Amino acid sequence: MGEIALNNAEDSPPPRAHDIGGDCCAGGATALAEIGTDQENYRDFVASDPAAFVTHDQEGNAMLYLLVENMHCANCIKNIEQALLANPAVIDARVNFSTRRLFIRWHEESAIAGDLLRPVISMGYPLTPYNPELIQTASVAEDRQLLKALAVAGFAAANVMLLSVSVWAGFLSDDMGEATRGFLHWVSAMIALPAVAYAGQPFFKSALGALQNGRLNMDVPISLAVLLAAAMSLSETIQGGEHTYFDASVTLLFFLLIGRYLDRAARNKARSAAERLILLKSVAATVINSDGTRQTIPADAVMPGHLVQVVVGERLPVDGIVSSGRSELDISLVTGESLPEFVMTGDDVYAGTMNLQGPLEVSATKTGDNTLLGDIVRLMEASEQGRAKYVRLADRIAEIYAPAVHILAALTFAGWWFFGANWQIALLQAVAVLIITCPCALGLAVPVVQVVASGRLLGKGILVKSADGLERLAQIDTIVFDKTGTLTEGRLELQNQTEISEENLDLAASMAQASRHPLAMAISHHGQVTAATPFDVQELPGEGLTATVDGIEVKLGNRYWTGVTENEDLAEGVGPELWLAVAGKAPVQFRFLDQVRPGALQTIQKLMKLGYAVEILSGDRTAVVKQIAVELGIENWKAQQKPEDKVARLATLRDSGRKVVMIGDGLNDAPALAAAHVSISPSTAADISQTAADFVFQGQNLTAVFETIKVAKLAHRLVVQNFSLAFLYNAIAVPLAVAGFVTPLFAAIAMSASSLAVCLNSLRLRLERDSDAR
Amino acid sequence: MNVLIYLIPAALFLGGLGLVAFLWSLKNGQYEDMEGAANRILIDDKDPDEPPDRN
Repeated sequence: MGEIALNNAEDSPPPRAHDIGGDCCAGGATALAEIGTDQENYRDFVASDPAAFVTHDQEGNAMLYLLVENMHCANCIKNIEQALLANPAVIDARVNFSTRRLFIRWHEESAIAGDLLRPVISMGYPLTPYNPELIQTASVAEDRQLLKALAVAGFAAANVMLLSVSVWAGFLSDDMGEATRGFLHWVSAMIALPAVAYAGQPFFKSALGALQNGRLNMDVPISLAVLLAAAMSLSETIQGGEHTYFDASVTLLFFLLIGRYLDRAARNKARSAAERLILLKSVAATVINSDGTRQTIPADAVMPGHLVQVVVGERLPVDGIVSSGRSELDISLVTGESLPEFVMTGDDVYAGTMNLQGPLEVSATKTGDNTLLGDIVRLMEASEQGRAKYVRLADRIAEIYAPAVHILAALTFAGWWFFGANWQIALLQAVAVLIITCPCALGLAVPVVQVVASGRLLGKGILVKSADGLERLAQIDTIVFDKTGTLTEGRLELQNQTEISEENLDLAASMAQASRHPLAMAISHHGQVTAATPFDVQELPGEGLTATVDGIEVKLGNRYWTGVTENEDLAEGVGPELWLAVAGKAPVQFRFLDQVRPGALQTIQKLMKLGYAVEILSGDRTAVVKQIAVELGIENWKAQQKPEDKVARLATLRDSGRKVVMIGDGLNDAPALAAAHVSISPSTAADISQTAADFVFQGQNLTAVFETIKVAKLAHRLVVQNFSLAFLYNAIAVPLAVAGFVTPLFAAIAMSASSLAVCLNSLRLRLERDSDAR
Repeated sequence: MNVLIYLIPAALFLGGLGLVAFLWSLKNGQYEDMEGAANRILIDDKDPDEPPDRN
């Protein structure tokens, strides 16, 4: 149902992504109206009985969590919430727009769930109840923990810095008494020590984890420096010493926590998409018992042999055989095929396909993880594990950097001790080295670039989903495209309009208006709908449309049904076709073809000019793929590829040393997307493909792919520059620290300056002209 | 330097106030739906004279 409405919304020309104020909500509502809902068959549109998912709070009020589809803008939020709150039984109705979820609480005795939801569903927002316990709450809690640590570190950094500046001012003016300085140090200690203990935990935990596995990561030198600095400063304070490093340890934590938070925020989008998928998988199924009663049970609980009812707009929960009913199924999610498939009693059907036309009863053969859908998901998960081995640049640097810093600090300590300093002074210098080398700039080098790059891409409608996606994309040398929905729009267009007389086109368009079949919709875009001749159109699933116009029977449908004889010497086109047969006249052929996306040719030419190898891997028929390949000038193409064939091809490329970016949209591409070095998918892609992909781009234009690759390259250059800046800073500051010239004031200035330099350098990504991007 | 006796507590109090306010807003769930918050500002109240909805 969601996809029907979505497709409908996409047919209207302007993209709605930035059109927040407009009435984008009409899309969903229109779709529903067109299918012809009235209150009687409302039941056909409720995916499953929500009553099974109702829970209760302590006061006995009923609560329900739902996923909302078709929500695009502020109006949608308002419509949904107001529709629910208009019912006096409702206590609370709150939409979470970021995660597309809805929470309702109501007085259970005064309303049942189905009635509450009815107004929302009839406005065109399909609702799917879910069990909130299935969502992993651990990472949400971790997020909050990080934010709290950030707040505490920020508070401590500001206040300790305030006190430290006073101390430094005292040194400069030379008139601060020892008692005052000691007092200020004590106050600093009282703020900094608890703050370090609390806000440092994310780093301490990660460092401990790494050490336990016998590895070193960036968090080890960070934790060591922060802890040593705090401990040494405390001992200096107790002894009434001149220098303390409380400010350094807390500002360091503050800066690094910012980096860590930015890094995490980049990954959150991906997580919420994945969660949604898990929730959708857990949707309920309606089972028909042997005595004819209907019962809603979780899809996982359906056993082979059960009879499952599938209403219009619902996805099949199981693989099975149709036992009664006839309809057309949207199978694009499973095979990538753009035309719906007609099914009737006795046909095999697969989980994940969507019922488009009439109610079906399906006898389950395979359920749960054994379905075809489950196979594809498994294949995808297996491919993903292969990729998990990728080690990020920052971690690779940390592996060299961490031991180097520790050795340097140890040498400083040994050196000072050897040359006659007492161990306290020697330790002081060693800690100074640790603080000054501490990778503040290094810790910010990657996250800041990432945020700037993500921001720039977001402005062009491209979402960066995985944290290291940009890094991996910068390494690629081969680009593999899927065809349907990626190189093409995945939408059929009338191809031979010029061959068809206007009269026939208008007649066909008037009839086609009654249907939601993709071919019929393609026709109705072209002809003039002659509203003056209203007629009654009948739709026969799998055959076509029939109507009686001025007493003459007119048929619009497939070649056999419309009576086109086998020996008709009109060749079968490359794409699908429809025939218009008016009784007593020769039938007219309508040919259709999937349109190439705008910008596809330029993008591919530009990519080839830059030296990338370009390939097509498609599940579609050879003739169709060949035509597109020739049109776009791509020499390497393979048609009729199953999901496992695609994965195998990518493995071959990988073994020959290639770094591949896979660009695809269908569920059949999902394993390949997960297997490739890095992957991109359009926002029209199946949910699961978007989950597998590292980047998601909105809109029709394929130049987004080029832009993404370009920004990734730029970002990589800036990251390398940032690391160079950080090392340059270390090359100057470290000798000074080893020699013992570093005071807390110097450390603070050096640290801030290097971080600032890295941030400013990263911002250059924003200024970079996109002259060759279009 | 006696001025420090009340200036430092004052500074800490004000900073602490900010910290507490942030932690409260975090606990209150105000960072859970950032996109929604950005969009909700565009929603008109039904009638400007009437107080807004329950939430």
